[in-house]
Amino acid sequence: MSILVNNQTRLLVQGITGREGSFHTGQMVEYGTNVVAGVTPGGLGKDVHGVPVFNTVSDAVEKTDANTSIIYVPAPFAADAIYEATDAGIKLIICITEGVPTLDMVGVYHYVKEAGARLIGPNCPGLITPGEAKVGIMPGYIHERGPVGLVSRSGTLTYEVVNALTQAGLGQSSAVGIGGDPIIGTNFIDVLDLFQNDPETEAIVMIGEIGGSDEEQAAEFIKNNVTKPMVGFIAGQTAPPGKRMGHAGAIISGGEGTAAAKIKALEAAGVKVADTAAGVADIMAQQMKK
Amino acid sequence: MNIHEYQAAEILQQYGIPINAGIVCDSADAAADAAQKIGGKVVIKAQVHSGGRGKAGGVKLAEGPDDARKVASEILGIDISGHIVNMVLVAPAVDIQREVYLGAVIDRDGRGVTVMASAEGGVDIEEVARDTPEKIHTETAHPHLGLRDYQCRRLAFKLGLEGKQVGGFAKIAKAVFKAFIEKDAGLCEINPLIINGDGEWQAIDSKITIDDNALYRQKAAEELRDLREENEIEVQARAHGISFVKLDGNIGCMVNGAGLSMATMDAVKFQGGEPANFLDVGGGASADQVTLALNLVLAEPDVKAVLINIFGGITRCDVVAQGLLEAMGKIDVKVPFVIRLIGTNQAEGQKLLADAGITVVERMDEAAKQVVAAAEGAA
Repeated sequence: MSILVNNQTRLLVQGITGREGSFHTGQMVEYGTNVVAGVTPGGLGKDVHGVPVFNTVSDAVEKTDANTSIIYVPAPFAADAIYEATDAGIKLIICITEGVPTLDMVGVYHYVKEAGARLIGPNCPGLITPGEAKVGIMPGYIHERGPVGLVSRSGTLTYEVVNALTQAGLGQSSAVGIGGDPIIGTNFIDVLDLFQNDPETEAIVMIGEIGGSDEEQAAEFIKNNVTKPMVGFIAGQTAPPGKRMGHAGAIISGGEGTAAAKIKALEAAGVKVADTAAGVADIMAQQMKK
Repeated sequence: MNIHEYQAAEILQQYGIPINAGIVCDSADAAADAAQKIGGKVVIKAQVHSGGRGKAGGVKLAEGPDDARKVASEILGIDISGHIVNMVLVAPAVDIQREVYLGAVIDRDGRGVTVMASAEGGVDIEEVARDTPEKIHTETAHPHLGLRDYQCRRLAFKLGLEGKQVGGFAKIAKAVFKAFIEKDAGLCEINPLIINGDGEWQAIDSKITIDDNALYRQKAAEELRDLREENEIEVQARAHGISFVKLDGNIGCMVNGAGLSMATMDAVKFQGGEPANFLDVGGGASADQVTLALNLVLAEPDVKAVLINIFGGITRCDVVAQGLLEAMGKIDVKVPFVIRLIGTNQAEGQKLLADAGITVVERMDEAAKQVVAAAEGAA
């Protein structure tokens, strides 16, 4: 088992003829992901790395039975792309795009939820189930299949930790990047719930950062629902208040969203929180030996 | 993006909200002229992108032109939380019968827009939220239908308003929400919103921030940008798609990815050092970007050592290494630096650097330790 994506995933790429979309389609196909279709308005009949291109998501779904969509379209058009995927009946939508206006996401978040679909992102690296499906922009080769589930708000920091886990002999069941924006489709709790119920996942790594209170809410959830060992890390312990640290959502405002508060909440919920990113894999290795 | 108080007030005025219109002045003489024009008692307010203006001596009353000249000269040029006052707003002093707080914000937890009101107007609303949260009343707008009239009235009644005050307040609350949505705000607030001596509503102090992600469709907002309020290096960085935030330490950091950048700063601090900046060069870390980023880091005279931490994912380490060598060839680097480069083709990348006499560190904590030692040696 694993979560969200696997060898049953039939992936559709929205924005497949763009620079990013086309490059990453190649990477995903090479990894072995079952990419069945692409969409670019006006692109019908084209072929990108052997993947047929359609004009609309509904056409693509009708012709190929795609069940998951990944979005690489530019920020001004990202919200529309998510609405289109939702309306075409796609139940798992991953939005890689960075820079989507926050107000666009307010409408999108509730619409997707009401349709019974799941959105991951935006502003995220995507997700991977090693050996089965890479649905995102992460370097596939650093992953190895194994017992650790990973969820993170970051991109390269996730690769950093995955790489260290793999080198420590700890493979991953799935690794999910949920995104660094203030409003994202899937939060920590959603993914922790999936990992808790996934028999293959034996332990969980959670990587948070400053801003918002998703980590604190996750800590409440962990206390009551997660029985698997967990290791955490919160980035931004040295971040000054009121400054946006790269990610639109990584900002301490009005004294809320500090790393200290998040670390405290997670520790109180029984999560082993590493002092530094480098410590995550070390602590997990010790945990797994027990 | 932040804008000035007077600019926020002008936006709200476009939405039909009565404001206490003033005159923006950049000299004491101009303030005297403004006071002359307005007549009577005036209030002189520092226009800076910073809160706490009152406490810092940036808001004062003046009687007539001569006094206004004196007061303005006292306020112009002062430093409020690192922001120098370049302009003051001269406005009529008002008679306050009643003051309230009204604001719209992005509610991250509720994934929506929330309109807040409090009878505790004119004070630090974050303090009210922390100490007496029951004094803040909220209404959440529907994600697709927006804020309804009844929600605005409900807020008015919760504030204890009566008679025609209810309708007047509700209209302003609706207008604040409309401005928030149409201007892609992150925050849009009036504090205080008052009932003046004539029994009329008036916005006395307005604040609006605009979502950076929405600037592509808020062209007018870009014209409100005051570059004097922003760190010069941060402005340069933004123009090239690099996220940069100046900090107070002496260890320059250049990293790819926002999360990894923060984690790198944290690692430096954990080893006893102080980061001089946050810098996310972007996922790709191309030669041009690396050169630019390195220049930005080194532009800060306090920097005693530099830590470069790149995780080569899709961009291979050998490509990143070539970029680094190219960048270092172009720049006269006078401070010691520590490089950590791992990921795709890391052996090739590390070899390229090693051949050029540069050692690459494997682990992030080890790299942080070395750069802290290097900075201490150089200090």
